[in-house]
Amino acid sequence: MDILWESSGTLSAYELQDSLAATGAAGVATSGSRKLAATTVLTVLSRLEKKGFVERERASRPHRYRAAASREDHMAELMHQVLGDALDRTAVLERFIGRATEGEADTLRKLLDSAGR
Amino acid sequence: MLATSISLAVLAFALAWPVPIVLAHAQWPSRAPATALLLWQSIALAGGLSMIGSLLSFGLIPFGDNLVTSAAALIRSVVEQPLVASVEIVHLVSLCGGVLLGIHLVLNLILTITQTQRQRQRHRQLVQLLSSPLPNQPNTRLLDHAVPVAYCLPGTYHSVTVFSAGLVQLLDSDELQAVIEHEKAHLLQRHYIVLMAFDAWRSSLPWFPTATRAQLQVGTLVEMLADDYARRAVEDRTLATAITLVAVGGADRRVRGGADSDSLLLLAERDPVGPSDAQLEARVTRLLDGRPPLSIPARLAVAVVGLAFLAVPTVLLLAPGVAGLA
Repeated sequence: MDILWESSGTLSAYELQDSLAATGAAGVATSGSRKLAATTVLTVLSRLEKKGFVERERASRPHRYRAAASREDHMAELMHQVLGDALDRTAVLERFIGRATEGEADTLRKLLDSAGR
Repeated sequence: MLATSISLAVLAFALAWPVPIVLAHAQWPSRAPATALLLWQSIALAGGLSMIGSLLSFGLIPFGDNLVTSAAALIRSVVEQPLVASVEIVHLVSLCGGVLLGIHLVLNLILTITQTQRQRQRHRQLVQLLSSPLPNQPNTRLLDHAVPVAYCLPGTYHSVTVFSAGLVQLLDSDELQAVIEHEKAHLLQRHYIVLMAFDAWRSSLPWFPTATRAQLQVGTLVEMLADDYARRAVEDRTLATAITLVAVGGADRRVRGGADSDSLLLLAERDPVGPSDAQLEARVTRLLDGRPPLSIPARLAVAVVGLAFLAVPTVLLLAPGVAGLA
C-alpha cells in the first residue's frame, strides 16, 4: 500500500513487484535480486481490492492498480471513529479515555494538583 | 390475570422511569461498579420482561386464568375455530403488542450485533493498514499518529489493542503500564458484550430517555471496572495522571491548533459540551479521594434487589401456571 500511496498514477502488478524488490519491502526474506512472485503480488492486490483499499483499472492489459483513497483519508476515517462520540462508537472499540473539554481539562488539572501530584 | 397484568405494568413503569433516575444520580455505584453494573442489567431485563409480560397477560385474560393454560387455550383456538366468545379487540391488540415488542427487541439485538461486528471488522482492516506491530507484543499495534489514543478492538477470536505514537511519547513507563492494564481488563472481562446489549436496547427504543441514560451509565461503570483492574498493577495516582494527560493532551492540541490532520479539524467542529465521555471527573475523583469500596453487606443488598426485580415478573407469570400443573 505504501508504494501505491506514493505513486501518483496507476501501477501494474509487475511494476509493483519490481518496486517491492527494489525497496526490499514486504517483509519477505528476498535474497539478492529475487523478487516476490507475481502471483503473490496479484493475490495480495485482489484481497486489498475486495476490502476496498485498491481500485483496479481493467482498460488495459496488464490491469493497472491504484489506491482507492489516500493514507490521510484512511487515517482520518480511523481517527474519526476513535475520537467520536461515545454513543456513535456503539461498542466497536473501547478506548482508554476521550478528549476533555476546556473546562474539564482545568478541573482535572486542579484535581491532580490538589491531590499532591 | 388482570392483577398480574396490572402489577407487571406498575413494575415496568417503575423500572422505566423512577428507578433508573434514582440509580443514575446515586453516589454508591462508583464504589461498587460491578454490583451497579449487575443492577443495571437486571433493571433492563426485568423492565423488558414486565412490559411484554404485562401486555401478554392482559391479552390472554379471556383464554384462561394463568399464563400456561391460557397460552394453551389460545393455540387451541387458533387451530380449532371458533374464537372464544369473550375475546375483544383490546385483548388482541394487547397480545399483538406484547409479541411484536418481544420480536422487535430480539431483532434489534441481532441487528446491533451484526452491525457492530461489521464496523469492527472494517476498523480492524484499517488498523492493519495504518499501524505497525509491536515487537514481542502479540495483538498490539502502534499507530503513527500524534494525538494520544489507546483503545482495543474486542472480539471473540482476534482482539487487538492499539496505541498511538503520540500516547507513547506523552506518558512515562508507569503511566503506559496503567493504560495497558486498563485495556487488558476490557478484553479479559469482555465488556463489549454488555455494552452491545445496552446499545441494542437504546437503538430499539430511541425515544426512551432511560435507555440512553442507562447506556451512558453502563459505559462509565465499565471504565471504572477497567480502572479497578489497572489499580492492581499501578498506583492510583499514576492511573489518574495517565487519564488526565491523555484527556488533556487532546484538548491542548485542539487549542494549539496543531497541523496534525483532519481528525483535529473534526475535534474542533464537534460540539464541545456534549455528554462527557465516561465521566472523566468521576473516574479521576474516585481514584484520588480514596473512598472505601462499598461494604459486602451493602453489595449483597443491592444484588438481592436486582434479583427481586427479575424474580417478580418471573414468579407472577409462571407460578400460577406451574402450580396449576402440579
